[in-house]
Amino acid sequence: MSSELVERALNGEVRAAARLMTALESDPEAVPAIMSQVYPKAGKAHVIGVTGPPGAGKSSLVDKIAATYRDRGQTVGIVAVDPSSPFNGGAILGDRIRMQDRFADAGVFIRSMASRGQPGGLAKASQNVVALMAAIGKDVVLVETVGVGQEEIDVIRVADTTVVVMVPGLGDAVQTMKAGLLEVADVFVVNKADRDGADRVFKDLNLMVHIGMQEGKWSAPVLKTVATENQGVDELLDKVAQHIAFARQSGQYELRRRQAATVEIDAILRDRLLRAVMHRVPAFDRYAEEVGRRQYDPYTAVEHILQESGLGG
Amino acid sequence: MDGHDRGAKVVARLLRDAGFEVIYTGLYQTPEAIVNTALQEDADAVGISVLSAAHKHIFGETARIMREQGLADVILFGGGIIPPNDVLWLEQQGVRKVFLPGASGPEIIDFLKQAVTERRRAAP
Repeated sequence: MSSELVERALNGEVRAAARLMTALESDPEAVPAIMSQVYPKAGKAHVIGVTGPPGAGKSSLVDKIAATYRDRGQTVGIVAVDPSSPFNGGAILGDRIRMQDRFADAGVFIRSMASRGQPGGLAKASQNVVALMAAIGKDVVLVETVGVGQEEIDVIRVADTTVVVMVPGLGDAVQTMKAGLLEVADVFVVNKADRDGADRVFKDLNLMVHIGMQEGKWSAPVLKTVATENQGVDELLDKVAQHIAFARQSGQYELRRRQAATVEIDAILRDRLLRAVMHRVPAFDRYAEEVGRRQYDPYTAVEHILQESGLGG
Repeated sequence: MDGHDRGAKVVARLLRDAGFEVIYTGLYQTPEAIVNTALQEDADAVGISVLSAAHKHIFGETARIMREQGLADVILFGGGIIPPNDVLWLEQQGVRKVFLPGASGPEIIDFLKQAVTERRRAAP
């Protein structure tokens, strides 16, 4: 079923692509076959990650970025991730609220995704959905993460260029010195730049970037935008274009793709190994029970499980 | 959804708490935009809230375009200030269920759970 569906999606049928995205999210058995067809065709798009704290204006900015690329004659895919409730698994995916002007445009494909408990700012299937967007011919794929704090930086595994959106009023210069989010930026945006405190954030970020500058390496530019007024978006796209050109020419692009592939293979391998082991060790739950009662420790349990599955050394 | 969103927000929250993933589009959606969203998101169901008396147009057009786009199997439901006399007409157009003022949360959740389960079971 899926092979024919992939053909239809690659030929431009929206419904087929949308159903495949659902399969990528919900049907682990179907994923390998789909991706074997999709992956080779997914290399052409420029994937741009947009991340930042909740309420920074990511959705509004993504909307205006999409509009500007459309004006420049490019087609756009948007993968927008919002959090799932840890209590009931439900989610309200509200990124479309800021993207309504795109709904009638056949050149923009918006897909909302719930994080479904995955830490890191993306959903487990986000990377594959991005690849599918690229494979169906979108020139640019925008990936909007959930509102993140400091450590949710999975977006760099998916994006060729990562835009970190900051806003005034979230903290002082020390916040910007902390590790994490700020180190993944290829371009910084101070959104809501018409608000009090924007200059301060702008200066702090510039200082941080300046301190970290290294010869021959990309140094993240800092830009001001007011997404709701469409201010600064053209300049943003120019910087993004400069970044990808630099990355391609300097070898950074390939290096990043290779690192991302390592992480991806690693994750799939762990998943498969775990499933294989669980399949071979029917009494898997018994170990958890016994460790839970402190009859022995979890390391001993894993040793037994590996022995029993034939993988023990 | 028209210019009133309190009811829709309450329903979205109820459904979220029942474990649904709810894509909330915001106000003033045209039937074309609603169907386009359902298409891209591969939605199981589409819920529309209309309190502006334009329910015949909005539900009718949405149902028509859904059929046109091959989404006849997607569950269309909704609610709002709708005269009981119009409910039958809406159902004839393909609206699976119309909730009138006073409908309870569990009623909506039960309807949707059952309808989605049936739809998935029927899927190829």
